[in-house]
Amino acid sequence: MIEHLTPILVGTLAAATPLVFAGLGELVAERTGVINLGVEGMMLVGAIAGFAAAAETGYGAAAGLPAGALAGAATAMIFAFFALSLAANQAACGLALTIFGIGLSAFIGQSYVSYSLPGLKPIAIPLLSDIPLLGPVLFTQDAVVYLSIVAYAGVAWTLTKTRLGLLLKAVGESPESAHAIGYPVILIRFGAVAFGGAMAGMAGAYLSTVYTPLWVQNMSAGRGWIAVALVVFATWKPTRLLLGAYLFGFVTILQFHAQGLGLVLPVQLLAALPYLATIIVLVVISRDRKVLQNNLPASLGKPFLP
Amino acid sequence: MTTPVPRLELLNITKRYPSIVACSEVNLSVMPGEIHAVLGENGAGKSTLMKVIYGAVRAESGTILLNGHEVNIANPAQARRLGIGMVFQHFSLFETLTVVENISLVLDEPFNLPALAVRVKAVSERYGLPLDPNRMVHSLSVGERQRVEIVRCLLQYPKVLILDEPTSVLTPQAVQKLFETLRQLASEGVSILYISHKLHEIQVLCDSATILRHGKVTGTAIPSKETPASLARMMIGRELPVCQAPIYEGEQRTVLTVEGLNLVSDDPFGTNLENISLSVNAGEILGIAGISGNGQAELMAALSGETTVEKHAIHLEGKAVGHLNAGQRRNKGLVFVPEERLGRGAVPPFSLSHNALLTAHRQGMKNWGLVRYSKAREFADKCVARFDVRCGGSGDDARSLSGGNLQKFIVGREIMLKPKVMIVAQPTWGVDVGASAVLRQALLDLSRNGVGIVLISEELEELFEISDRIAVLAQGRLSSAQPRGATSAESVGMKMSGLFDETETANLAEASHALA
Amino acid sequence: MHLLEPRARPSKLMRWTAPLIAIVATLLAGSFLFWSLGKPVLASFQVFFIQPMTSSYGWSELLIKACPLILIAQGLAIGFKARIYNIGAEGQLIVGALAGGGVAIYMEGSDSSWVIPAIVLAGALGGAAWGALPAWLRTRFNAQETLTTLMLSYVASFILSYMVHGPWRDPEGMNFPQSIMFSDNALFAILLEGSRVNTSIYITGFAVLAFWLFNARSFMHFKLEVGGHAPAASRYAGFSSRQTVWFSLVVSGMTAGLAGIGEVAGPVGQLNLNISPGYGFAAIIVAYLGRLHALGIVLAGFLMALIYLGGEAAQVSLQMPFAITGIFQGMLLFFLLGSDVFIDNRLRRSA
Repeated sequence: MIEHLTPILVGTLAAATPLVFAGLGELVAERTGVINLGVEGMMLVGAIAGFAAAAETGYGAAAGLPAGALAGAATAMIFAFFALSLAANQAACGLALTIFGIGLSAFIGQSYVSYSLPGLKPIAIPLLSDIPLLGPVLFTQDAVVYLSIVAYAGVAWTLTKTRLGLLLKAVGESPESAHAIGYPVILIRFGAVAFGGAMAGMAGAYLSTVYTPLWVQNMSAGRGWIAVALVVFATWKPTRLLLGAYLFGFVTILQFHAQGLGLVLPVQLLAALPYLATIIVLVVISRDRKVLQNNLPASLGKPFLP
Repeated sequence: MTTPVPRLELLNITKRYPSIVACSEVNLSVMPGEIHAVLGENGAGKSTLMKVIYGAVRAESGTILLNGHEVNIANPAQARRLGIGMVFQHFSLFETLTVVENISLVLDEPFNLPALAVRVKAVSERYGLPLDPNRMVHSLSVGERQRVEIVRCLLQYPKVLILDEPTSVLTPQAVQKLFETLRQLASEGVSILYISHKLHEIQVLCDSATILRHGKVTGTAIPSKETPASLARMMIGRELPVCQAPIYEGEQRTVLTVEGLNLVSDDPFGTNLENISLSVNAGEILGIAGISGNGQAELMAALSGETTVEKHAIHLEGKAVGHLNAGQRRNKGLVFVPEERLGRGAVPPFSLSHNALLTAHRQGMKNWGLVRYSKAREFADKCVARFDVRCGGSGDDARSLSGGNLQKFIVGREIMLKPKVMIVAQPTWGVDVGASAVLRQALLDLSRNGVGIVLISEELEELFEISDRIAVLAQGRLSSAQPRGATSAESVGMKMSGLFDETETANLAEASHALA
Repeated sequence: MHLLEPRARPSKLMRWTAPLIAIVATLLAGSFLFWSLGKPVLASFQVFFIQPMTSSYGWSELLIKACPLILIAQGLAIGFKARIYNIGAEGQLIVGALAGGGVAIYMEGSDSSWVIPAIVLAGALGGAAWGALPAWLRTRFNAQETLTTLMLSYVASFILSYMVHGPWRDPEGMNFPQSIMFSDNALFAILLEGSRVNTSIYITGFAVLAFWLFNARSFMHFKLEVGGHAPAASRYAGFSSRQTVWFSLVVSGMTAGLAGIGEVAGPVGQLNLNISPGYGFAAIIVAYLGRLHALGIVLAGFLMALIYLGGEAAQVSLQMPFAITGIFQGMLLFFLLGSDVFIDNRLRRSA
């Protein structure tokens, strides 16, 4: 039993990393009152852009991640133009972005289907990585896993300790008030959506250049949607998001170790576990209306025209 | 010495919206230290004009002079840098932030909340506006929120302070406190623009006044030298209309009783109702005074059935109805006119005849689950004619009607359901003077036909004009109802701040238990 | 940054021209896409949009693809009016197909004339059940149907995958993940010789009429629309929001389930992993493009079917990936949502 634990936990962090990135990005966007259901699409566009950059330049993830982030932010701007500048229905615009992103990534990706990339080697942090169990889990990961934790700390600090964080929260609660006291609400929301796109793109690029590292059509397999659900589960709080992402990383990894753990279930049903888990956590967090209402950015999903 | 330069001068300001001209060639001038009223009824263009000064709205044409120099105010941040502060009618505060966090968002200075909190406390005490900087705004009363808005302006050392209908949310006593603060500010040289439609306040407070009607200036005046009637003539072009309240001569019986109603609010920032008891007789209007946010929304929802409550907490003509929803209560003769007309009392993009269907479908407009649209149209046409709803016809969208006309339609529709009890909230909120008088008269007439009416309103004048008895809802508790003649605005005002005896409510509850 | 201002009253003209504007904008953006890929623009359009309609076989294929899209979109439109966002019709389609397909497999060899009705009934119930689940989660636990319907469609596809890899795999199918081919008695009868058009189009035809009547006349539809435009007015009138949620999700699940039956007991003829090329998602666009109107959806369904056929043609003639279909679908929805804004707003005319 215990011999499985270390690899499961090591894998958990890696499997959770795309959810951490994409979830944090969506969390920031939702804090300003914008629900972008296009995370899945942005992730896929980021994945193929990252893969292409990694493959073409030969610099691997070092080129792939920035390219993925850039591509994710660019696709997010399509959403922002329709959902913010034109104040169209946010949920439907997000859906359009997902459909578009799936198509676009598959279209571009056709020429990269047989490529494979070297991936990233784990970096063992001296001394710390020698701690039993925790050492390999926390301190023998690839660089991007560490980067995701830095991103978490940055977002958490910005939201709680800075004026910018206050402003994002204010815009999410009442864009009318923010506008009345003279803040450029649309511009601020554009920024938050762009950040969300960049993070989703980075999540996708991590999948295609480090985690797999291959390009497969539709490779994000619903992770973008799970990230959206995680933001709800996290009640818009970064720390809960991080923990939620690790929970999902664990469930995802579990299926690969199920046999070793003596769990005899068909692979297809095991593969459905993360999606069932998403429904379960949504139910758990939503059943008490007050919990959501107290934390929900009050203007979430509502179109705003100054 | 030359003649003093006005602090603020507006020349020929014009602002058009697609459907109306909000301001047309408006001129206005305020001296340093002057309290200047901008008087006009709802929709006269006062708020738009103030937003132009504050940079929240750009005028099409016209000039703004500040201390004699032309300024171009592009946005509120620039207005604040120029020394113009504004206290909004619908506060521009963020409920989930603390007082000091709210204030920090408008200041151009390094982000240091603890230091700012000290200054907030100092300024608030200096001007008699006590505030705890670290409280969350949602936990503040409406009056306290207004203080936050004012302190927020004062921390920027304004030269011009704009207040938009500041007293609509205050008790009479709090109004006096506010006036003291404003006089203190004026004595320090701040020019104050005071927007209101309340004539007596303007006469007490303001040095001069500019009167607007339909976006145009109809006069300037020294309010203390005018009479309410002369100001009203400038404001609405004629005398203030008066309602007629005949004596009810029908059968005396109780139609609605509420006993020991408790309700935990759905709204995380709402007010819980505690042990509410009241009774309404046929032929009378029971007025419920109090400032919004003291449980008004919750009480309306509980009375109308939008929120269901314990079965025996509410009795309609002796039958328990607490557990019934709004539709089921309407079937039993309890109708409701909510404060939000668009989006609650009516569906904005629907025609009037579809909006008739909303509650009047029970009047033979359905057949085997299919709608008989001709019946709905007939009903709407009748309502439009009977209640003088000014519109193109029953095919017009609800959102295309003015506030007053839509309200007449909604009140009319509910009256045509032949109710036994009507709950009505803020019936004349945002409605012009003419339509307000029509609406109040319609409520009086309805009550004298044997209907019991509960009128929930923030406007004391309205309550004293048409209610037979008045109770006060404060902090989720309801005082006992006093006959109109036996109470006064001052006494109601004291109760509005929650100052009434606990036993007063308890006794009533006991009394009604003894009766049951 | 501030491009718009509200119109004094909404434009009735824009309500119906918005889809046309969206189509034109999609074609323009599509031209740019073809051009940037170095494909001849006009020839590409010819392949994509004209070629499928030049043969009677093309027309019959158009009908086959349009039917499920129209059927699903009719159901989805009901929910969208009430702002119940069922985006998991794909899953409801799959479960409907599984339920109906299961009947077909277990009644294999039966010559009863009840086989097809039993399959249809099972499909409708299966889809409805998969729609009822999120309705229950929403009304009982307040869980957002947007995410739960979508997650359930992933779950449905894994169940399908399990069934065709496991219990229902065709023993003589060379280990391919697919069921046996259904016998003729378990398939909708072919209507036009030489084509794949079959009697399942009657289901769609009947649904269009039923939804048209429902939308035009029923009080339930009025309640749904009130809930969508003004939830507070719905509570004010005393309409039940639970009823709205259940009705919308069960009806849209049912139509999706029926569409699934139309596929497996129609052109596909078995259960396999490719029973739907994303009809459940495309139908969302069809519903909006058709203005949530029963007849509008019919037109929109044919347009969407054309995009599918065009994608297939482009794959063959232009060596483009079929994914181009998704790009066109996404653009179409974006442009439609963008044009819709101009029903209630216009471009700002002054600074």
